[in-house]
Amino acid sequence: MKLTIKTVWIMLLCVAAKYSSAQTDLDAIMMEKNAFCVGPGYSYSSWKEYWEGTKKRENLNLGTVSTQMFAVMGNYGVSNKLNVLFNVPYVVTKASAGTLRGQRGMQDLSLMLKYRAINKKVFNNRIALIGMLGGSIPLSNYTADLLPLSIGLQSKTAMARLMLDYYYDNKWFATASATYVYRSNVTLDRDSYYTDQFILSNEVNMPNATSYNIRAGYRTQWIIAEAVLNNWTTKGGFDITQNNMPFISNRMNATSLGANFKFVFRNTPQLSLTGGASQVIAGRNMGQSFNVNGAVFYVFDLNKKEKKNKQGTN
Amino acid sequence: MYINIKQITAVVLLCVTAVSCSKEITERTKTTAALNPANIDIDAGTWKPVLLTAPNEFAVAAPGAASGPGYTAEINEIKSYQKSITGAQKERLNYWGAGAVLRWNEIMRGLVAKYNLPPFQNPDGTYPVPDANNPFNNPQFPFANPPYASRAYAYVSAAQYDALVAAWHYKKLYNRLAPYKINNTITTLLPQTDLPSYPSEDAVVVGVMIEMLKLFFPGEQAAIQQLATEHKNARIMAGMNVRSDIEAGEALGRLVAQKFVTRARGDRAGAAVGNAALWQQMETQTAATGETPWISMESPKRPPMLPLFGRVRTWLFDSLTMVTSIRPGPPPSTKSEKFKQEVAEVLHYSKNATREQLATVHYWADGLATHTPPGHWNAIAADDFIGQRFSEVRWARNMALLNMSMMDAAIACWDAKFFYFNPRPSQVNPEIKTWTGLPNFPSYTSGHSTFSGAAATILGRIIPSRKTAYENMAKEASLSRLYGAIHYRSDCEEGLKCGNVIGGYAISRANLDGAN
Repeated sequence: MKLTIKTVWIMLLCVAAKYSSAQTDLDAIMMEKNAFCVGPGYSYSSWKEYWEGTKKRENLNLGTVSTQMFAVMGNYGVSNKLNVLFNVPYVVTKASAGTLRGQRGMQDLSLMLKYRAINKKVFNNRIALIGMLGGSIPLSNYTADLLPLSIGLQSKTAMARLMLDYYYDNKWFATASATYVYRSNVTLDRDSYYTDQFILSNEVNMPNATSYNIRAGYRTQWIIAEAVLNNWTTKGGFDITQNNMPFISNRMNATSLGANFKFVFRNTPQLSLTGGASQVIAGRNMGQSFNVNGAVFYVFDLNKKEKKNKQGTN
Repeated sequence: MYINIKQITAVVLLCVTAVSCSKEITERTKTTAALNPANIDIDAGTWKPVLLTAPNEFAVAAPGAASGPGYTAEINEIKSYQKSITGAQKERLNYWGAGAVLRWNEIMRGLVAKYNLPPFQNPDGTYPVPDANNPFNNPQFPFANPPYASRAYAYVSAAQYDALVAAWHYKKLYNRLAPYKINNTITTLLPQTDLPSYPSEDAVVVGVMIEMLKLFFPGEQAAIQQLATEHKNARIMAGMNVRSDIEAGEALGRLVAQKFVTRARGDRAGAAVGNAALWQQMETQTAATGETPWISMESPKRPPMLPLFGRVRTWLFDSLTMVTSIRPGPPPSTKSEKFKQEVAEVLHYSKNATREQLATVHYWADGLATHTPPGHWNAIAADDFIGQRFSEVRWARNMALLNMSMMDAAIACWDAKFFYFNPRPSQVNPEIKTWTGLPNFPSYTSGHSTFSGAAATILGRIIPSRKTAYENMAKEASLSRLYGAIHYRSDCEEGLKCGNVIGGYAISRANLDGAN
């Protein structure tokens, strides 16, 4: 029973699943007032090697650990400046070797408010400043205490993000964002646990985290192609000791590099396809995962409905 | 403007709720009140020790007179500490005040959890063996797996008990009063008692721990010395003991512990790892009977955990009794219909365990980097003992009964495991995936069940009002291994029964040790 393991760390996965789709919490694209963009997404991520602390290794008792995520994502334009985003994921994990059973279930609902405070045109450039507030909450009572096969960490999160977008000649863009994530403590199904000390409680103090995201590429109404660099760093936590299991409050860091595409159908501009891939290039107490993902989105224009309502009330 | 008020409110509430929650964790026993025994057990010097031939086997010199200048100097030491005591010192003083046996038991559980990690394989796929003479090498010594842990808990508890019985003998013999009874200008920061203070019971426990943990956790000497010093000083600062009470207690604890160290060096645990020829022989012997022998499910294949632990010297019965009266009958033949049914039942839980059953699996898993199942039962016992207001000597006696029975449970269980050498469910049916880590040794009987059967039985004797609760816990611990898909029902049921029998031997001892 030495499943020395490292985590696909699920939050990164969520983020990865959202890379691809435009109108997400990590890009500078806003939905217009009363437009509702929604669609199913799928992502697959897997790793064979992981970092035990800073040491990279593999574990023959896990083989390749894979995570699939099925999600419904959406973005609603409250106004041209204010959007509400959500993500509802179902996650399935699996290890290709060893005896441990993979887990499956509804993971965490995330909700976010996205507010574009500044959107200023200067010659051929446009600069936007966007602020976001959001959080996530587990949708089911899944077991968090079986990394790397658990489907999530059970922590409730709250996060704040600041994003700067630079858009040139209606074609080229670069977006950078910084996020601070607060993570609530987690309660385990046990009476005590050992981190770098022995704790006589079932409650685990989860380190908070920061995340940085840089993306740049080509963006028009019809097509987007971008490269993405993402970093996640926990503020504290401890390293996996040699041949130990990973633990939910480990110091989990990861940097990944990826690319995304979006294609909008000219004859049905409400419909779009997105796809992307990313690779973790550096990490600590994390699996070195490769991720591919895709999604279909459809934009509903709810303006007519609102007019009707208005007429009704007038 | 059309605004979805509900969604926005939800997000804002979420943020506010999350941020407003304090992240500080309060450990269960952090604020435990100071030990204030309901009964000081003044006659505990007559209780039956485990290894000592008599309570005065090791001499403790008579204390100096309270009227002498030496004693006055010791009183002044207390006063000088108390003059400049800091908040942090007070906090630590209260920590130790909750009880010497309790705190050192918690420290032990922490050490077990820290060292409960299996060695990493060599590049050629073999595994190194932890070496007591090189504890800092890779792999670290020890690998505090469940049998190792059960043995460490048992020796430490039994040694504390014997040393405290001896201490109580001398307390009554010399009857030196506590400093606050001799000098009424001494302030006490912990509850006063009528127990004579020489030698100090806290220091006795400290002396035992210093010596015993050299054997069991040789890499932890610096940390243990620091805790020991802090504990001893806390007693002086609190006005509970003078320096000479402490010194006499520590010396006595160390001497008694040496007797247990000597026993441990000769109890055959050192040879429990076995060797490659032996591992092969066990497999061949079982195959020759027509049964499927156990094989390691790990990659690379790991040698079985302590295959000769079943030959380690027991506390509560002799080796002949173990083989004739305690070793369970054989498991269902791997070719039998019953075995097929039991495999099918495991497969069922492997696929269909409920969330509630999984919570049970994880609550009792006590796997890597935990205090192990014996540690879990120590935690259950300690949490309950706090409310009982036992004296230190009774705490030690009860912990010794619990831990001697669990070490014997480990020995009997490992004897059965390696006598029958039968395969795990995942070995006979690869469709069986497990909800928790699969232990690397044969299936029959379940270790968790045997430990729990023994623990619940003796704890039910110690706190009769909790008897049914302990029995239910033991059943749950036992079934958790079936729900987790790592044991057949026979493993769990037979293990539990075997544990109950072993617990019965502990009860017999408890009935005759003079503590009732």
